[in-house]
Amino acid sequence: MTNFRTKPDHQRYTFEGFGSDKYPNLMLRGAGDLNNWPMAVYISKHEGYVAAKKALQMEPVAVTEEVKTSGIRGRGGAGFPAGLKWSFMPKDTPERKLTRYVVCNADEGEPGTFKDRAIMEYNPHQVIEGMIIAAWAMQCKMGFIYVRGEFLWLIEKLEHAIQEAKEAGFLGKDIQGTGWDFDLLVHRGAGAYICGEETALLNSLEGRRGEPRVKPPFPAVKGAFGQPTTINNVETLAAVPAILRMGGAEFAKIGRPKNTGTRVFGLSGHVKRPGLYELPLGLPLDFIMNDLAGGSSTGKKIKAVIPGGASAPVFSEKEFGTLMDFDSVRDAGSMAGSGGIIMLDEDTCMVQACLRLIRFYAHESCGQCTPCREGCNWMEMILHRIEHGQGRMEDLDLLASITPNIAGKTLCPLGDAACGPMDSMLQKFRPEFEHHITHKTCMVKGPRLLANVGGH
Amino acid sequence: MNHPLPPETADHALATGERLPKSERTEFSPEAIAEIQAIAAKYPDKLAATLPALYVAQRDFGFVSLDAMKAVARALSIPEGHVFGVASFYTLYQKKPVGKFHLQVCTNISCALNGSAEFLEKVCKKTGCKPGGGPSPDGMWSVEEAECLASCASGPCMQVNTDVYDENIDDAKLNEILQACERGEYREWGL
Ligand SMILES: Cc1cc2nc3c(=O)[nH]c(=O)nc-3n(C[C@H](O)[C@H](O)[C@H](O)COP(=O)(O)O)c2cc1C
Ligand code: SF4
Ligand code: FES
Repeated sequence: MTNFRTKPDHQRYTFEGFGSDKYPNLMLRGAGDLNNWPMAVYISKHEGYVAAKKALQMEPVAVTEEVKTSGIRGRGGAGFPAGLKWSFMPKDTPERKLTRYVVCNADEGEPGTFKDRAIMEYNPHQVIEGMIIAAWAMQCKMGFIYVRGEFLWLIEKLEHAIQEAKEAGFLGKDIQGTGWDFDLLVHRGAGAYICGEETALLNSLEGRRGEPRVKPPFPAVKGAFGQPTTINNVETLAAVPAILRMGGAEFAKIGRPKNTGTRVFGLSGHVKRPGLYELPLGLPLDFIMNDLAGGSSTGKKIKAVIPGGASAPVFSEKEFGTLMDFDSVRDAGSMAGSGGIIMLDEDTCMVQACLRLIRFYAHESCGQCTPCREGCNWMEMILHRIEHGQGRMEDLDLLASITPNIAGKTLCPLGDAACGPMDSMLQKFRPEFEHHITHKTCMVKGPRLLANVGGH
Repeated sequence: MNHPLPPETADHALATGERLPKSERTEFSPEAIAEIQAIAAKYPDKLAATLPALYVAQRDFGFVSLDAMKAVARALSIPEGHVFGVASFYTLYQKKPVGKFHLQVCTNISCALNGSAEFLEKVCKKTGCKPGGGPSPDGMWSVEEAECLASCASGPCMQVNTDVYDENIDDAKLNEILQACERGEYREWGL
């Protein structure tokens, strides 16, 4: 039974000038058109499978080299160069034949991020083609697409698209006469943000609890089912066909040195024109917010921006000029993360915003490490009492003393992810926290961010 | 001084000392067994079929009861404890019965900035449910607070059972959705 989307999609995927040389459209081709996804459309309109054909005639190492040349960095969060990651995969030796896997991370769960969903909705074949090329480059036997459980309709669409690719001879046995076999399997997650972390994802794929593993061994050595595995984000893999088509060097001309290519930014929160914006890396944040997305939706000034998904430390006004690429955002004290830009206007209570975020991490901590499990819950409790007018001034120092005991002391980066927003909000908006403690109420009068329904 | 504590997370697998509700059935239907075996064959290792098998169990039993977990363990010949550990880890496996229409409302930051707090209150009021508090007396509805659904630019958003999300929901649209459910235009839970 198929259950493809028929509901209209009101999301915004384009802006003035999108698709021109200045703002190339590599990732969101045809987005918004619900009939864009089938293979026939992908081939006739979007140069579909041209790159796969080209790659399959190249030496696998040459494909990896091309991706290295492109300079593309992972779009999932950490920004690790994809070509380099691929080159870590061990090769076969005459004595030892290895089973290698490639995994597509489609667990998209970082608050403020909604790009992978759109790519899979409108261009599932682009992801599949990217995976075929990646698998050829690393000589993988099988690929898995790990999709978050809520996206059931996208899973059905992906499975349908995989079937189409199989019938066209791009998946299965002896692909395009190369003698190489490769197949794809879609694996449905079951509602756990932590499964976006690559080793937790591998555990979940193997049918276990989604608890991150100790590294090393890294997945390239011991990944899915104990075999060498490479995990890439949906957007990273979907960029691969474009890289092969235009050539790595050409791709590297987009954006800035070491921060190449386009990336799909998601704008949400108090923004006039929310939606997805595919942009070359390195444009200034205020240009994106104001010139492209129309500025604030409420008519009030924007006082804070979370620049890379909920885990990224918050920016206040003086950082709004930051160039949106991996290195510049890092140098400004935050992280480019997943590309989700969340805008908060001046009437937003930062204590509530902070509590909302910390509650998320407390809820999603897998519970393996004491600092993360207890620390996040503790921070939630303290913030909760501040929010409810029962905070003490010492609580602020207490909060500031908890984060150094979490950050860097946990198995996976979720612990650090919780500390980023906590520290930065407390540092940059301390008067709001103090006001909450002394006046037992918010300093600003915006709408509530937390529901009053009991439970949760 | 008595400090307020955040309310217990409602979708916790089990509160301390709480017992899992029983399902009517204790065995899989034969079709379900066949389905699970077909799934297991696709993976390099049958343990990997635990997650998909639990989805089959949820559909077959209505929710993931203890008996459903045991049935999964039997079907895959894997330890019961493993299945319980997995089922209790993931929030999409309902360990308690839910309504015919299970409404999952995102209340995370981007949606909250667009009014999801008030929206959730409205959903609760209209359905007579509390988030995570089980189905309404008529068995029609249940409500759950969800974390980010990846629909951040179009909040408030909600997922009805496993359907495509409803987005940018205002009062009129909420009424429409609930009425559409009552008319049977949304797939019922477990179908
Ligand atoms: C808590 C946590 C959640 C994550 N969630 C995701 C996710 O939803 N999607 C994703 O692609 N990467 C996620 N990541 C990053 C992955 O661990 C990994 O770095 C990424 O999938 C690698 O792909 P890339 O190199 O193409 O970016 C997450 C990391 C952490 C620590
Ligand atoms: S840091 Fe948190 S989420 Fe990560 S492994 Fe430790 S407890 Fe689990
Ligand atoms: S914050 Fe609600 S869908 Fe992302």
